[in-house]
Amino acid sequence: MLEKKNLWWLLGAAALAAFPLIVTNPSDTSIGVFTLLFMACATSWNMFSGYSGYIALGSSVFYGCGAYTMALISIHAHMAAGAAMFWLVPVGGLVAMLVALPFGWIALRVRRHTFVVITIAVFFIFQLAAINFNFTGGTSGLALPFIQWGFSYYNVPFYYVALGLVIFVTFVSAGVRRSRFGLQLLAIRDDEDRALGLGVKVTAVKIAGFTMSAFTIGMAGAVYAMFIGQIYPQFVFDPVFDISVALMAFLGGLGTLAGPLLGALILEASQQYLTVSFSNGSLYLILFGALFLIVIMFMPRGIVVYFKERVKRSAATKVANLAEASGPATISSAGGAPS
Amino acid sequence: MNSTALLSAAKDGLLTGSVYALMATGLTLIFGVMDIINVAQGILVILGAYLSYALQVHWHIDLFVGLLITIPAMFVVGIVIERLFVGRLKGPEKTAMSILVTYAVSLLIEGALNMIFSVNDVQLQGWYVNRSFAIGSIHFGYIYVAGFVLAVGLLSSLYYMLYRTRFGVSVRASLADQTSAALVGIDVKRVSTICFGIGVAVTAAGGMIYGATNSFNASTSYDLISRLLTIIVLGGMGSLGGAMIAGVGMVFIGDMVGVIWSPVWSSMSYFIVLAVVLLFRPQGLFGKQAVRVA
Repeated sequence: MLEKKNLWWLLGAAALAAFPLIVTNPSDTSIGVFTLLFMACATSWNMFSGYSGYIALGSSVFYGCGAYTMALISIHAHMAAGAAMFWLVPVGGLVAMLVALPFGWIALRVRRHTFVVITIAVFFIFQLAAINFNFTGGTSGLALPFIQWGFSYYNVPFYYVALGLVIFVTFVSAGVRRSRFGLQLLAIRDDEDRALGLGVKVTAVKIAGFTMSAFTIGMAGAVYAMFIGQIYPQFVFDPVFDISVALMAFLGGLGTLAGPLLGALILEASQQYLTVSFSNGSLYLILFGALFLIVIMFMPRGIVVYFKERVKRSAATKVANLAEASGPATISSAGGAPS
Repeated sequence: MNSTALLSAAKDGLLTGSVYALMATGLTLIFGVMDIINVAQGILVILGAYLSYALQVHWHIDLFVGLLITIPAMFVVGIVIERLFVGRLKGPEKTAMSILVTYAVSLLIEGALNMIFSVNDVQLQGWYVNRSFAIGSIHFGYIYVAGFVLAVGLLSSLYYMLYRTRFGVSVRASLADQTSAALVGIDVKRVSTICFGIGVAVTAAGGMIYGATNSFNASTSYDLISRLLTIIVLGGMGSLGGAMIAGVGMVFIGDMVGVIWSPVWSSMSYFIVLAVVLLFRPQGLFGKQAVRVA
């Protein structure tokens, strides 16, 4: 028999897999693709920042590197537009990983608060480099080989590749959580000095976690570039992306497995929906900011943790009520036995 | 390349850098006293600039006279943000949460500013904005000099307050160690609220000068906050002197790079300087070494 918890996961995966079969409208399935990509990114982000407590706000560096790898190789190798380009997705991840090594080496020498700011600074170095160098095409960006899959069918392959990526990232993240390596990351989050004292090679562990999360974010970036077909530096190296993935993980529950998935599902889907239905971007910013504030102020540990605790508490009160209700009865039936 | 261009870049670095130093000092003061990274500082600078803009356009109040209204107004804005949101944060994740909370606040303000003032660029105007005088072959814009004087004046009064008043002693005690400060009877909560207010109030002056020397809209805040954060990390987070020296130094280096190579690399040079400095001094130029607490 399946455990109840695993059943929920399977149901979720089945619902996501069935979505493009039920909803065929291209504008809705494209929202689906973006949402899945963000679910993958938020989970990858959580795999390092959520477990280790080092909040990174420069994830779009990896996303952008993945996207530019996809674009540059497919253009310069004169690849035929089509499914073969999906082979470049892991290459994008590898390039992001190569970038993450020196990035992590510099940024992870400092403590948490400064780390946040350095990731922001490194992000700006990459954005400015993408704008100013020639091989990136500058502000006019790069156009990828044009894929002719037909308007109604176009989103579907991307949807399933993105879903595959989400499942892969979720398994990796779950594996990390249970492994010795994951425990070391959690130990760093709870007390880095003590972890160091107990023999955890903190710097190596942090850099390893950082590069792993870069790999999967880079893959998502590569899928994004192929899906969009034209990339611009200000959209792949986007400060809003940096903060969004962090927010999604916080919203769902930092350091949990389901949290970032749920956070990304709620935020990205509603964001895409709101941008499509409200042409007014300012109103959207206000709504988004207000929602964000409410969640942080009232559920600081995220939706998943909040509801888990609610369920636990209500279960506890139920048990207490039951005990209270049956309490006198048992006493009377037992004829005044000590309670 | 001639020496006049270099001298002129050095002059720009000093004059503009002092304004950045003023804005960054507010940020580092807040971090030092409260362990809060106020990501909203960028949009608050822009809010300050828009306040000056509104006073000027609707009531024809001069930019510098307007500061008498905008500085107290921004102080109140700071107090409100602290009381409603930032001051409620607690626990070990406080600093990380503060980034998200202040980011949310900045999104709210950005949305509101876009709605009220539209996304078109504006620039503050005054008879002195486009005038300049020359010493030798170097031109000094009135507004830049005024900004420098204003920044130096406000920074000196801040220093006077910190080092010569009773309240300043409480602030410096809270900067050094909050727990001990509370133990000797300092109301750290009140000090924090007022410091947040002061840290935000300086954006009114910084924003006015920024708005008179650059055209801006609400999204300019991203560029601003990234520079301000770089400045406080380079100077050492929580170090007031560090923020001033890094502020002037960064703009100076940026302008030099702009003159010697090309302006497209000038803003990138900040971030590269930061990365290089942190390789050798992870705590920043004047930061304290991170020590284990608890």
